[in-house]
Amino acid sequence: MAMSVDLPALEQTAAPRAAAAARWSRYARPVLGLVLPVALALGWELVVALGYSNGRLVPPPSKVFETIVALAKSGELSRHILATLWRVGAGFALGVVAGTIMGAISGYWDFAKRLLDPTVQALRAIPSLAWVPLFVLWLGIFETSKVALIAVGVFFPIYLGVMGAILAVDRKIVEVGRVFRLSGPAMIRRILLPAVLPAYVVSLRVGLGLGWMFVVAAELIGASEGLGYLLLDGQQLGKPAQILAAIVIFAILGKLTDWLIEVAAAPLLRWQDAFGARGGQ
Amino acid sequence: MLALKEVGKTYPNGVHALERFSAEISPGEIVAIIGGSGCGKSTLLRAIAGLDRASTGSVTLDNAPITSPHAEIGIIFQEPRLLPWLSVADNIGFGLADLPAEVRRERIAAALARVGLADKAVAWPRELSGGQAQRVAIARALVPQPEVLLLDEPFSALDAFTRRDLQDHLLDLWADTRPTLILVTHDVDEAVVLADRVLVMRPRPGRLFEEITINLARPRDRKSELFDTFKRRVLTALDRSLDRSVRDVTDKSSAGEAMWW
Repeated sequence: MAMSVDLPALEQTAAPRAAAAARWSRYARPVLGLVLPVALALGWELVVALGYSNGRLVPPPSKVFETIVALAKSGELSRHILATLWRVGAGFALGVVAGTIMGAISGYWDFAKRLLDPTVQALRAIPSLAWVPLFVLWLGIFETSKVALIAVGVFFPIYLGVMGAILAVDRKIVEVGRVFRLSGPAMIRRILLPAVLPAYVVSLRVGLGLGWMFVVAAELIGASEGLGYLLLDGQQLGKPAQILAAIVIFAILGKLTDWLIEVAAAPLLRWQDAFGARGGQ
Repeated sequence: MLALKEVGKTYPNGVHALERFSAEISPGEIVAIIGGSGCGKSTLLRAIAGLDRASTGSVTLDNAPITSPHAEIGIIFQEPRLLPWLSVADNIGFGLADLPAEVRRERIAAALARVGLADKAVAWPRELSGGQAQRVAIARALVPQPEVLLLDEPFSALDAFTRRDLQDHLLDLWADTRPTLILVTHDVDEAVVLADRVLVMRPRPGRLFEEITINLARPRDRKSELFDTFKRRVLTALDRSLDRSVRDVTDKSSAGEAMWW
């Protein structure tokens, strides 16, 4: 909205300054977020380098980096990353499919909501990690139980997000569809889907975050590969640098996959009157 | 011709919103429906639109009963109700999905130019002012060229200047294809400036109270004395409609006759 406002003459003379400010906000603003972590890392590096701490329990960044490089060189790292990514990917996909279908049914069809929702909500109240022993008994200690646990973690935010989004679709907008005599499928494609998309993307991102959380839990239970295994191995063998290396890679992968969803959805959500877009153009 | 025969509506919660409303509206006529709150104006309009079914009576367009939204009946609501995920051009073309892309593009471009928003074709609805958004809503409803256009207090959320501007603009657009216009309003000025006929309703339950013909030539001068006479006439009818001691009258009359008293 603010973009279409004509600038008064006084402010137009300040255009070069505004351009400089725009440049600043484009490059400097993201950098601002890096100041604190980089300062902390450098500070700790310095503390260890100057001998104020031996850095054995909290290794300096350079040591963590060395560990990552060593793991990468031996080919270990990619093996662990791929194992973890596969589990998250499979669990996320299952959780999204189940959550989307169930959420859509419950949101669209009141009878199904009355039938299903109380049970789903009751299951949601169970801390998901409580399923672990049961899943191990049912599905074995290998991949299936891990994927199932991740899928359970992903399912609930997706289910709730889809159901809530459908219930929240503006009746007045639906009426526009009725006035133009849209058929059932056309109503879903042209009105409901675009209307629920923003909330759906949010729930996908929340679900993915939970997927990453649960993959750690699953891999801590018993795994011979995966980033979670690296964590456990680091603890048992007293290698804090390896634990930190795994944590750093978790952070990078989590952020990267989240960013992928964001980027994939961005072209579909350009229409949104987002608070965050106020500095746009 | 649009025929309303003893249309009544009782909502499931027992509210008796409309009772035995009858009227015949000829093609190209502009009818304003005015009345206090709770007199069933919007209920009536939704029944004509086919959005809600009447409990009793019937609505027919050229003898075909209206029970669900109809291709020849468009509606404009109080809010623009644009789809926020479609550009202005795509919003206008929303009802043209069945047409070939080429024809659709031409019709949209023509409509955009007609409502003076040619430069906003690729804008998002959120980038429009209230008046612009309502123009887009009008264009969206008119572009399939309906026989009947219903308007539910279409300008009541706008400021006085924009409202006047859009009233004139609506008449201008109406002159293109001359659809039947049925306008629900609570603005006497709006009713008198637009309508050929003003139907005054009275509440609890909503029913027709008085019918006033506005036989004034267009364009109408809002400042003329004759205009004021018609306004006064509508206002008097409105006052009487809310006065419980006055019995229902449904006689036809016009201020033109009244002036000769």
